Amino acid sequence: MTVTAQPAVGKEAPPGATAPVPRRRTGRVRRGALPYLLLLPALLLELLVHLVPMVIGIVMSFKELTQFYIRDWGAAPWAAFDNYSVSVDFDAPIGKALLHSFFVTCAFTVLSVGLCWLIGTTAAVYMQENFRGRGFLRAVFLVPYALPVYAAVITWAFMFQRDNGLVNHVLHDQLGLTDSPSFWLIGDNSFVALLVVSVWKGWPFAFLIVMAGLQNIPKELYEAASIDGAGMLQQLRRITLPSLRPVNQVLVLVLFLWTFNDFNTPFVLFGRAAPDAADLISIHIYQSSFVTWNFGAGSAMSVLLLLFLLVVTGVYLVLTSRGRRAADV
Amino acid sequence: MRRTRAAAASAVTVSLLAAVTACGGGSSTDGGSNDSPKTLTYWASNQGPSIEADKKILTPELKKFEKQTGIKVKLEVVPWSDLLNRILAATTSGQGPDVLNIGNTWSASLQATGALLPWDEKNFGKIGGKDRFVESALGSAGASGSDPAAVPLYSMAYALYYNKKMFEDAGISGPPATWDDLVADGKKISKGGKWALGAEGSNLSENIHHVFVFAKQHGADFFDAEGKPDFTSDGAVAAVKQYVDLMGKDKVVAPGNAEYAQNQSLQDFAKDKTAMVLWQTAAATLKAHGMSDDEWGVAPVPVQSGTPGADKAVNSMVAGINMAVFKNTDNVDGAVKFVNFMTSVDEQTILNKTYGSIPPVKAAQQDPAFNTPALKVIRDTLATSAAPLPQVPNESQFETAVGTAVKELFADAAAGRKVTTASVKEKLDEAQQQMPKK
Repeated sequence: MTVTAQPAVGKEAPPGATAPVPRRRTGRVRRGALPYLLLLPALLLELLVHLVPMVIGIVMSFKELTQFYIRDWGAAPWAAFDNYSVSVDFDAPIGKALLHSFFVTCAFTVLSVGLCWLIGTTAAVYMQENFRGRGFLRAVFLVPYALPVYAAVITWAFMFQRDNGLVNHVLHDQLGLTDSPSFWLIGDNSFVALLVVSVWKGWPFAFLIVMAGLQNIPKELYEAASIDGAGMLQQLRRITLPSLRPVNQVLVLVLFLWTFNDFNTPFVLFGRAAPDAADLISIHIYQSSFVTWNFGAGSAMSVLLLLFLLVVTGVYLVLTSRGRRAADV
Repeated sequence: MRRTRAAAASAVTVSLLAAVTACGGGSSTDGGSNDSPKTLTYWASNQGPSIEADKKILTPELKKFEKQTGIKVKLEVVPWSDLLNRILAATTSGQGPDVLNIGNTWSASLQATGALLPWDEKNFGKIGGKDRFVESALGSAGASGSDPAAVPLYSMAYALYYNKKMFEDAGISGPPATWDDLVADGKKISKGGKWALGAEGSNLSENIHHVFVFAKQHGADFFDAEGKPDFTSDGAVAAVKQYVDLMGKDKVVAPGNAEYAQNQSLQDFAKDKTAMVLWQTAAATLKAHGMSDDEWGVAPVPVQSGTPGADKAVNSMVAGINMAVFKNTDNVDGAVKFVNFMTSVDEQTILNKTYGSIPPVKAAQQDPAFNTPALKVIRDTLATSAAPLPQVPNESQFETAVGTAVKELFADAAAGRKVTTASVKEKLDEAQQQMPKK
């Protein structure tokens, strides 16, 4: 629409102007508007799917949106910063629980991402060697990633049952490692259970990405290195890891965001009330909004989470790009 | 160029605003209309062994209704795990079913949203009047002092199911009537991998149902007369402690039950691992687990005094399903007609018989099918010793907060940590502070 409006303006130009000028301007405008035009559908969808809900969420966080108002939530009273002040009042139970949940999530994320990366990278490096059954193993490794999350986590929940679960059957009944069968789905062990499932689910992605990254490292580098007498470890340290740097940067960021926001795993594993030790922030927010019907407070917590993730992502990107620029120089 | 950008920006703003206003709030019309008088959408809760079974049970009945009135009912059976969220979503968007089932404990919470058609005298008149229904069931259909938000459809109550063979093996002649008896009997049973009583320690709703009854027996309530939470009264603390102590102190509940939330205790019961469960309607599930009807017995849930009754002798919540009409319906007359049909004596008899529940419609209770020993216990409980859960708007928050507290206390007991009056009070205090201030 704006494209057609532009030439009309050109035609109304003072009569002194020469003929070719408007034509050139039209062309320039066309060329200038074309990218926008092409982007428009994507932009509109992006608005509809991401930005509008986000804006609505932010608006909601300033409202007292409880069950009394959800039917006509435009009429919910403004709460100003009440929802936020309750969420960050770390001396009161709600704030304290949120902070606790935040720390649990941080610890969980660091451990899970670290382990996913370590296992994924190790497996990918070993899979570089050509041996019989490599294709089969690669396929097997990717199974956790390909399985539907719900089905897989429900199976884990069965395995973690205290009395009839496979985990205790192996650890307690067969290996005798524990004096009595342990609880995995309630109490402090639930953190371990959650971590195990998360790593099991997440490492194949790291494996896949690192494996793709490894394909791009020229074979000659390794050949030259081995002629120079570099061992496997040195090759790994001097060639593989530096070459994987850009891949790893993206991989770690993506894994971090996924793990930090993971909702399905704890929800399927523990139901609507996760044990304290495994109270991840996403499930905590769900509980604060859906289960207790206080969508204003839930939105405020979500906005805080969004801000935190934005800051972390921003700092990470700045740091890594600075590192890259330094490396380029 | 600048113009293009300005135009693009304004286009974006306009579409953003359009989207925001389109999403803003549900329809504000009150009362519904009769724009589509020939169809109804019905969300049924999952009452039978499976969703498919429910469809099979309900479809012939809906056909009957269509024959009588010419109104076609589109049925969707919604699993319990989704039902409340679906209702919330429908409330927010204004796009919902015409008629729906709700758990009766949600009545007051959903009533507060204003999404359900109030059942005033006039509406009740269209379905034969309030007097047709059992009083305790009506008491669980909305906050007291206001018109009910729903109509009772199926009623249930808790009873003590006991495994006859395990009782015999332990040399116990009959089911216990007091908690002291239960603990004494329980100690005889609980040895060698066998346990006396089952519990669903990680199921928040189950926890609430039981501690609510224990609180009644201690003369306490979780909400005061104004509907304000009062979780830390001596009676409430004693009630929660008594329930958790069955595992921690009395050791008649297996520690493993602390993580149960999917009716595993019924499985244990059927496998002769647990001798008793406190359950609503267990017959169909026990049969599915391979237990025949003569292998178990039913007795009233124990009370401190031994004789169930009112006040401190309450031994069950009023459990059940209510039927509500969505205020935004396009077929309000048809919806009321459908409620009338479903609460008719014929349908009440057929459906409650199939589901093993008790009809909340008095006239339908006369059918001999509701006079089996098992159902008689439940019927008597409903008539004399059941009390509705607090009908307050914050009921669902209460279930979450206190239910979680009990779950955590069970986890402590299971791990061998001491559960004391102080630790119970602390947990309940934490729960209370999480409740909305208003």
